[in-house]
Amino acid sequence: MAINEKMIEEILNKYPAKVKRNRKKHIVIRDSARENQEIEANTRTIPGIVTNRGCAFAGCKGVVLGPLKDMVHIVHGPIGCAYYSWLTRRNKAKTDDPKKNFLAYCVSTDMQESDIVFGGEKKLARMIDEVVEIFKPNAITISATCPVGLIGDDIQAVAKAARAKHGLNITAYSCEGYKGVSQSAGHHIANNGLMENIVGEGDWEEPPSKYTINILGEYNIGGDSWEVERVLNEIGYEVQVVMTGNGSYEKLKNAHVAQLNLVQCHRSINYIADMLEKKYGTPWLKVNFIGIRATIESLRNMALYFGDEALIKRTEEVIEKELAEIEPQLEPYKKICSGKTAFCFVGGSRGHHYQGLYEELGITTVLAGYEFAHRDDYEGRDVLPHIKSDADSKNIPDLHVTPDERRYRLKIPVERMEELQKKIPLSNYKGMIKDMMDGSIVVDDLNHYETEEFIRILKPDIFSSGIKDKYIPQKMGIPTKQLHNYDYSGPYAGFRGAINFARDVAMGFATPTWNFIVPPWKDKPLLEGSIEQCSDDTCVEEVGA
Amino acid sequence: MLDCTPKKIIKRTGGMINPAKTCQPIGAMYAALGIHNCLPHSHGSQGCCAYHRSHLTRHFREPVMATTSSFTEGASVFGGGGNLKTAIKNVFAIYDPDIMAVHTTCLSETIGDDIPTIIKGAEVPEGKLVIHANTPSYQGSHITGFSNMVKGMVAYLAEATTDEKKEQVNIIPGFVNPGDMREIKRLAGKMGIRFIMFPDTSGVLDSPMTGKFEMFPAGGAKVEDIRDSGNSKLTIALGYYASSDAAHLLERNCRVPAITLKTPIGIKATDELLMTLRSKFVQEIPYELEEERGQLVDVITDNHHHFYGKKVALFGDPDILTGLTEFVLSLGMRPVHVLTGTPSGTLGGPQGIFEKEIKEMLAAAGLEGRVKAAGDLFELHQWIKNEPVDLLMGNTYGKYIARAEDLPFVRVGFPILDRGVHPYMPIVGYRGAMRLVEMISSALLDRQDRDAADEDFELVM
Repeated sequence: MAINEKMIEEILNKYPAKVKRNRKKHIVIRDSARENQEIEANTRTIPGIVTNRGCAFAGCKGVVLGPLKDMVHIVHGPIGCAYYSWLTRRNKAKTDDPKKNFLAYCVSTDMQESDIVFGGEKKLARMIDEVVEIFKPNAITISATCPVGLIGDDIQAVAKAARAKHGLNITAYSCEGYKGVSQSAGHHIANNGLMENIVGEGDWEEPPSKYTINILGEYNIGGDSWEVERVLNEIGYEVQVVMTGNGSYEKLKNAHVAQLNLVQCHRSINYIADMLEKKYGTPWLKVNFIGIRATIESLRNMALYFGDEALIKRTEEVIEKELAEIEPQLEPYKKICSGKTAFCFVGGSRGHHYQGLYEELGITTVLAGYEFAHRDDYEGRDVLPHIKSDADSKNIPDLHVTPDERRYRLKIPVERMEELQKKIPLSNYKGMIKDMMDGSIVVDDLNHYETEEFIRILKPDIFSSGIKDKYIPQKMGIPTKQLHNYDYSGPYAGFRGAINFARDVAMGFATPTWNFIVPPWKDKPLLEGSIEQCSDDTCVEEVGA
Repeated sequence: MLDCTPKKIIKRTGGMINPAKTCQPIGAMYAALGIHNCLPHSHGSQGCCAYHRSHLTRHFREPVMATTSSFTEGASVFGGGGNLKTAIKNVFAIYDPDIMAVHTTCLSETIGDDIPTIIKGAEVPEGKLVIHANTPSYQGSHITGFSNMVKGMVAYLAEATTDEKKEQVNIIPGFVNPGDMREIKRLAGKMGIRFIMFPDTSGVLDSPMTGKFEMFPAGGAKVEDIRDSGNSKLTIALGYYASSDAAHLLERNCRVPAITLKTPIGIKATDELLMTLRSKFVQEIPYELEEERGQLVDVITDNHHHFYGKKVALFGDPDILTGLTEFVLSLGMRPVHVLTGTPSGTLGGPQGIFEKEIKEMLAAAGLEGRVKAAGDLFELHQWIKNEPVDLLMGNTYGKYIARAEDLPFVRVGFPILDRGVHPYMPIVGYRGAMRLVEMISSALLDRQDRDAADEDFELVM
């Protein structure tokens, strides 16, 4: 069933007036006849609404910094923040030297009441000393949590002193949970810190190979980036660093040498992508390695950027080989999935990326949205000059970079850049809305009440979201698919990832459990009748039927 | 696995590495979910609430509903009163619980929001309730948070309305699974004694699949029953850390005598619970429970050669550990390392009770072991490197140590994130003890099977 404005109005009527006015602006029905459909996003969460959002600490330490494997990430705060971001996000990593992989460790200053009262700087300094002594990491980060800002612990000063003392890259991130309105603020804070303190610290001046690239905004959930890198390597690219899945301080410090930066998750990493372009002259390309068609398009766009005939040829060869491998495998899954509908509500990028993959399986996305994306992720970067920053996000500092005198190089001539930009999303992103089907619905910061209401109206066949709402539709008998942690499966990216995804989604539909929800006594009569031999017609009747 | 953990132990004072605890509010959220038609509310920035809901959901594989005040930087500086008032208004308008149970975080505690005053100034609809507990994350652990929220229930709800106490017992089950709560209720029911259990998450966090989502599932302690707990003859607090503060508050406020017992894990602790009920309510223990007990003793005797004399390392929450240590001792096992992340003594309570109690048990068995409160898993791992064990028992985080040291591992406690079904299956009571015996035996024998040479591989064990 399609949704219309009147239905949305009815849903919103349950809200107190102020909430209704607010939420109305976060919900849009896609209509391609209207050129620039606006949505409100990246505004404060309504208290008591049951949001799915997290905080700036989660966006900074949990998402961007945490995956960097050869660094120890110290959380300065009471125990919870470190504990909950310990191994719960599936950013995989491996190292040649097992003593240089710290991802299984959770390091917290475990602030106590006395630290709140008298300050926690000394304890933090002790923790740094202990970490250096025990782990000898390649670098250390310190992430702030809510109370740190309030009590005035100067973590930047502690980091600076420790840097001098240990001769190690030790940096601090002021990502207190209350900053901004969501995880998004934390991405920005982490981007600033990595750009300021790590990227460019290495002494490489030239790229190690002809096609050296970085992958930005890819966190190797369930091995995604390994699958993407497998294909890229086969074509002939050399990936300098993935930011930050399976990433390392050692690789990140020479990220400046790449000739092209790929951007998978625009929301979390576009700041660094922009800054790399300004500082080193490296353009970025919006790619999407989720879905077969999107992967092929991304590979072709990359080849077009480098413009080398051999590379273009090799790209097509690899695509052909990969397709030959996966296409037969896909067929049985398509049969199960075809004709179904999905909700796709994920953090800040996958709400868009997975729609194409669903489409390839024959599944239509009828509702999509983000927890914490900004208007440019919905509407495209053209809208950037028109976004007003509000009081809640103004305090997230912008880092201003200038061209690096020694290292700035135009990677491709200006005219060629302009020409390419007409064909491929070079240093640009068009957003999610334009890719959506007319009549589908876009919801920003979807909450529990709206989830139930939209399910009631649209009756999706599959609900893809996160852990907090997974079991809600499932209780209703609707299959769910977590698109943050892939329900502990993966990879889902690239060619082979598409097969994994298709298999998992088909399994969700085909599992026999859905047949057992209603007990047989609910739809069978209590009394079983029997047909007796009877001369009279009237007694040929089942009792209780 | 965990290759960066050295055998050599240095003294650390900078904090925790791989904690064996988490922070207060998740315990308060769990406790609040044990009230029928209640919506827990987290007064802080929304990241806490998201983390706590996610973590409980991963353990139970169930929806976990809670709201948050969603602090911004402005509220963090100038106070979160406005946020909480807005939240209260929205929660009742949109979600309509009978009761909201507010807990705090390190943010609202540090800025000093005065919750009772904010609640008084809020629009609470007629007949609806808002209760609260202060749960600063920089004190104690998730167990302290559970205890504080149960205290909040007593403070706001329990009333002594009759002069004479009723023939009923209050049972505060502690931070245990819904399956455990069901088992404790079954035991009390078999004794034929009317009881009020609060909080009670059975029917909430183990709810059935019916094709319909219930935001407020059928389970949970009813508000009127918690009120009536002030009229009971006795409160049994199961677990010193999670339950005894609330029981003593009930004693002070409503003159209901409080008894603290161990979480009834194993024979002795279950015997103690039944004996207490027997003597206070003059009820004979029914044959059915005697039969269960006898079956348990039979099973242990039958299988003692699987586990007798084996060295075991235990970690987890303090109340679970005191019961579990006592039980493995009664199996003839040797608990050589026992560690909790929760600091000893509840707030304002006696210090050192955890270490003292465990050490006394070990001494009584003629054993010595390393025992620590406010310890972490990094240290536990180092202990194991220095004195190896045959078995590790604890929550999911132990699997990394188990893999690193190639140890048989039994998952017990909170949280268990990598296996299903466990929240339904009790570890308390005689039945729960039997399940533990099976888990311990299986872990040890699976290892023996795996390691055996072909010629030593046994059909019958």
